[in-house]
Amino acid sequence: MNDWTQGTAGIVFQRCSACSHVWYFRRSFCPRCGSTDTTMVQASGSGVVYAVTEVMRAPSEQLRSHAPYAIGLIDTDEGFRMMAHVDRGIGIGERVRVRYIAFGDAFLPQFTRDLS
Amino acid sequence: MSWITGAGLTAFGKHPGKTTLDLMAAAAAAALADAGLERGEVDGLLTGYSTTFPHLMLSTVFAEHFGLQPRYAHAIQLGGGTGFAMAMLAHHVVEAGLARHVLVVAGENRLTGQSRDAAVQTLAQVGHPAYEVPMGATIPAYYGLVASRYMHEIGLTDDDLAQLAVLMRSHAQRHPGAQFRDPIGVVDVLASKPVATPLKLLDCCPVSDGGAAFLVSRERVNDFAVRIIGTGQAHTHQHVSAAPSLTQFGAAASARTAMQAAKVGIDDFDCAAIYDSFTITLAILLEEIGLAPRGASGRLAAEGHFSRGGKLPLNTHGGLLSYGHCGVGGAMAHLVESHLQLTDRAADRQAGAPRLALLHGDGGVLSSHVSLVLERAA
Repeated sequence: MNDWTQGTAGIVFQRCSACSHVWYFRRSFCPRCGSTDTTMVQASGSGVVYAVTEVMRAPSEQLRSHAPYAIGLIDTDEGFRMMAHVDRGIGIGERVRVRYIAFGDAFLPQFTRDLS
Repeated sequence: MSWITGAGLTAFGKHPGKTTLDLMAAAAAAALADAGLERGEVDGLLTGYSTTFPHLMLSTVFAEHFGLQPRYAHAIQLGGGTGFAMAMLAHHVVEAGLARHVLVVAGENRLTGQSRDAAVQTLAQVGHPAYEVPMGATIPAYYGLVASRYMHEIGLTDDDLAQLAVLMRSHAQRHPGAQFRDPIGVVDVLASKPVATPLKLLDCCPVSDGGAAFLVSRERVNDFAVRIIGTGQAHTHQHVSAAPSLTQFGAAASARTAMQAAKVGIDDFDCAAIYDSFTITLAILLEEIGLAPRGASGRLAAEGHFSRGGKLPLNTHGGLLSYGHCGVGGAMAHLVESHLQLTDRAADRQAGAPRLALLHGDGGVLSSHVSLVLERAA
């Protein structure tokens, strides 16, 4: 199942069929109970901002023109936490929804205020 | 039981033309001279890593270069926690009888040996290569995320963080080897250039060249009577995205293990040396370990609690924030300074006659924690 890390719009997480644990960084087993009976699930793309920082100094020449940009940790509705770009000015605790952006050579999720 | 029988530290800052091995050798020679030991007496060697000199076998590269033939040697890697993890391992190695004198040494030309972009990009790789690094994340960004959440929940302010930067600079003023010695005030910290909000330039440690070394021995060999009496570690995650919490890390568990081994309590310490890669790092570690109540680290700093004449003198050499940060050697400078304090040799930085010191380091994004209890023996 493809997601943004392969250049496709979408966020994929995994769920353990044995213990119901959910996690984000892809692997072939459950990091809580070790079961290999896991399923990949497409996330809804909605969540709440847990932490946020505005990066003023980019790490490379290529990204310099993009700065400042905001990076956040999002607590998704499905129960896993992920890093993504967020619109500048969004604060901790705000409800957000995902869209996708080009960023240098990368294709990234960027969360925007959920007004629904 | 183990004894810290000698310590050596170079100035931090710019050492143009000096290599990783040069800086390691300078620190190692200083530590041996301090202990009064010869190369031939060193039978154990622990090294860390160098971002400007990556090698599969740094310990034996250094052993050959420096002229050692140890019967126990290897390198270890634990980010900013490496120095204290090596001290912990050396303590157990000599206790187990595997070696009599373990040399722990680090050095790196991190500032002049590469471009600033290269340093920033290499360090950012502690982030996840697929899920974090592509965001354009940097180490200050990972810690900016931590700071945003911690300050949101605990109520710590930019002013509180600035107090810790001011304290470190005031301590560095008395150390001739410190990278930054010009006095600063809270307004200077608040007015410094934002790097990754809420962190500003003066909330961040610099990148430095430098080296540090110490000897951990099975028995005393000189008048220094400093011993390691407790050690602990805790590891909760690697990546900030996977951290169980951004307000509760492994610091308390690590320190508790070390204090239990040493049979001492949190109120028994006369001085402390705590990892301070960013002001927020120092605030969180002080508050989680229990050296300050939650949210009170900045206020206590402003009140002089952590100053030379205060109740708990902290990082009297200026810490990573002002003495500098050369990688693995960065936190080892905290241990060298603690050794000087516990042997009454810290010159005009001497903070009374401390007997018991708590040291704490972390690696990654508050991922890996190592604590040490050092005691001046009677």
